[in-house]
Amino acid sequence: MNPNRDYYPKGEDLHRSLGRRYRSASIWQTLFFSALVIAILSLAALLYNVIDGAFGYVAFEYKNDPTEFSTKPLDALNKQELLDILKANLSSGAFTKLENEKPMDTRSKSVLYTLLLERLIQIDTKETWSMTDSIFRSAKIKAEVAEKYPEAKLEFRSWLTPVFLTTPMSSKAEFAGVRTAILGSLWMVGIALLFALPIGTGAAIYLQEYASKNFLNRIIQTNINNLAGVPSIVYGMLGLAIFVRALEPFTSGRLFGVTDSNGRTILSAGLTMGTLVLPLIIINAQEAIKSVPDSLRQAAFGVGATRWQTVWHHVLPNALPGILTGSILAVSRAIGETAPLIVVGASTFISIDPSGPFSKFTALPIQIFQWTTRAQSEFHSIAASAIIVLLILLLTLNAAAILLRNRVQKKY
Amino acid sequence: MKQENTIMENQLFRPLDLKKKMRPGESVIQALLFIAGLGSIFITLAIVYELGKEAWLFFGNPDVTFAKFFGTTTWQPGIGHFGIWPLVTSTLITSSIAIFVSLPLGLAVALFLSEYASPKARSALKPILEILAGIPTVVYGYFALLFMTPLLQSIFGKQTVEVYNMASAGLVMGIMILPLISSMSEDALSAVPRALREGAYAMGATKFETSVQVVLPAALSGIGAALIIGISRAIGETMIVAIAAGSGPNFTFNPFKAAETMTGHIARISGGDLSYNSIDYTSLFAIALMLFLVTLILNLISQGIINKFRQRYE
Repeated sequence: MNPNRDYYPKGEDLHRSLGRRYRSASIWQTLFFSALVIAILSLAALLYNVIDGAFGYVAFEYKNDPTEFSTKPLDALNKQELLDILKANLSSGAFTKLENEKPMDTRSKSVLYTLLLERLIQIDTKETWSMTDSIFRSAKIKAEVAEKYPEAKLEFRSWLTPVFLTTPMSSKAEFAGVRTAILGSLWMVGIALLFALPIGTGAAIYLQEYASKNFLNRIIQTNINNLAGVPSIVYGMLGLAIFVRALEPFTSGRLFGVTDSNGRTILSAGLTMGTLVLPLIIINAQEAIKSVPDSLRQAAFGVGATRWQTVWHHVLPNALPGILTGSILAVSRAIGETAPLIVVGASTFISIDPSGPFSKFTALPIQIFQWTTRAQSEFHSIAASAIIVLLILLLTLNAAAILLRNRVQKKY
Repeated sequence: MKQENTIMENQLFRPLDLKKKMRPGESVIQALLFIAGLGSIFITLAIVYELGKEAWLFFGNPDVTFAKFFGTTTWQPGIGHFGIWPLVTSTLITSSIAIFVSLPLGLAVALFLSEYASPKARSALKPILEILAGIPTVVYGYFALLFMTPLLQSIFGKQTVEVYNMASAGLVMGIMILPLISSMSEDALSAVPRALREGAYAMGATKFETSVQVVLPAALSGIGAALIIGISRAIGETMIVAIAAGSGPNFTFNPFKAAETMTGHIARISGGDLSYNSIDYTSLFAIALMLFLVTLILNLISQGIINKFRQRYE
């Protein structure tokens, strides 16, 4: 006899135990689902937090009274009047310098207006508020400002403006922009791709089409998978030791006659980033090549093509969209990566556009890092705006990758 | 005789040459591709060599002794304090908090997506996790400093929670790692053969009992691999801790206090002007070498588990 015969419930007990089991099952299902809800809420909180920071009330004072410069209200001035005010009040040296950077009459009205505020009137930001506060506590904020800063003006401001995208770095948050940072990021990503795409695709072709299953090739494969998991800051240290320091004559451009820089250039950063995304590109390209049907290869071999002819004329064209998708993903990784750039030595204050691979540089995530760690809240607002720019950039890239992927999937 | 010769010489009647034709171009291309493949090995060697070389200089310094390195609790290489513990403990604390958050949540999300959600719901929900995974870590840093820290301060009071603290960095790091753990665990769960589930249902098990008592144990090794990768990611994460966990090594076990992690320390020191060959410079490489080795070992273990797991079910 089975001693456990009475272990299982019968009759009424069975129903009660079944009910209990179903209840606990549905409780756990709710718990599992709420984990997903927590994840979604975190994402929502993050996005909300960023947007919340990028818009809102600003209380500021004019250091110099605008009426000193113009009898008309400032926003009613047209371009010519703005130009005249700037010419009349800026020192001639400063004006010539601006003129040399870009002729004044080719600049847009909003740029001239910003110049007027930045150089002549000079703004002193007293306090900033988040978007939520500005909307729901509007009256309270107004009262607070009237009491604390009687001189100050209160204005609802969007920190993310077209001007923000097109102006270079400035030490004042109100006039800072991300132009140099975006250009720096683009240069760096371009160099990284130039370096990593050919090598990565080559390695993937070797591993998928040529490599036999021997010890060395197995090590290469394991090694690539492991490299993908190495912390990015370690790549930064590698870049510091090799590209910035050991290869300084090359990366600083001294070999090419550039004299005014050290190894902390766009080139070093790009190569470091290229090393970082290389395993990623290889793994993605391998997947793309793997998905090309074997029948294509066999047909090519069947009519007498060599291995390389098969790869070049049949495998690669079919794998190309997949490889491109992989590279777009690599680009979006490189654009968001911050730690290696800090180690390699991105400068945080650069107000002139990068002019080539041997310039000093800054990048979008570096600016975000720099502005986030400042104590003043107006810098947090421009950090939030820069984050929005970065996220939109990444979203566009990923959308492009997904579209590309879907188009390819249809073809087969 | 002469006629025969000309026929033999005639191309049409030459016996077929079955030897492989020499194609130097092909060999050159293959060699180039092989070199590209070797490039990855070269990167690993370069990492080990460069980090090892500078770390060797650091440990070769007569002031740096084994007893000091592991036996004291102040890290200030510039003035001769070489106790690594403050950096290690804060790394462990932030990573533990992160895992504590992301493992249960990630696992629950994975169970929901693989066992409960309909295919339609799954394809609608997964992109959200992918977005979460694609957000740059510097943005998470902003989130930790300007959302999580004020939130913690409003819950526990400003006296207990410092502006820079390990708890908020760890919590946000947990959110960052969640998609990684959930997607790897989901892969492991969906690799469990359907027959196991059908068997459980046939025995009268509820969906929950099937998921947790049958499918989960069967996928345990894959989930272990996900956990290890998560730990490795948490240890190597830099920007969140650099922004939110504080700047300055601090030997403390209180998660609401500021303390710099290994990665955060590297980021802060190397960001400033650093002269080569100084003890500060070499010490960073010693830390980086430790990071590299720890994460490498974790990744290798995880990969080993996955390979073994795959063989069992295919």
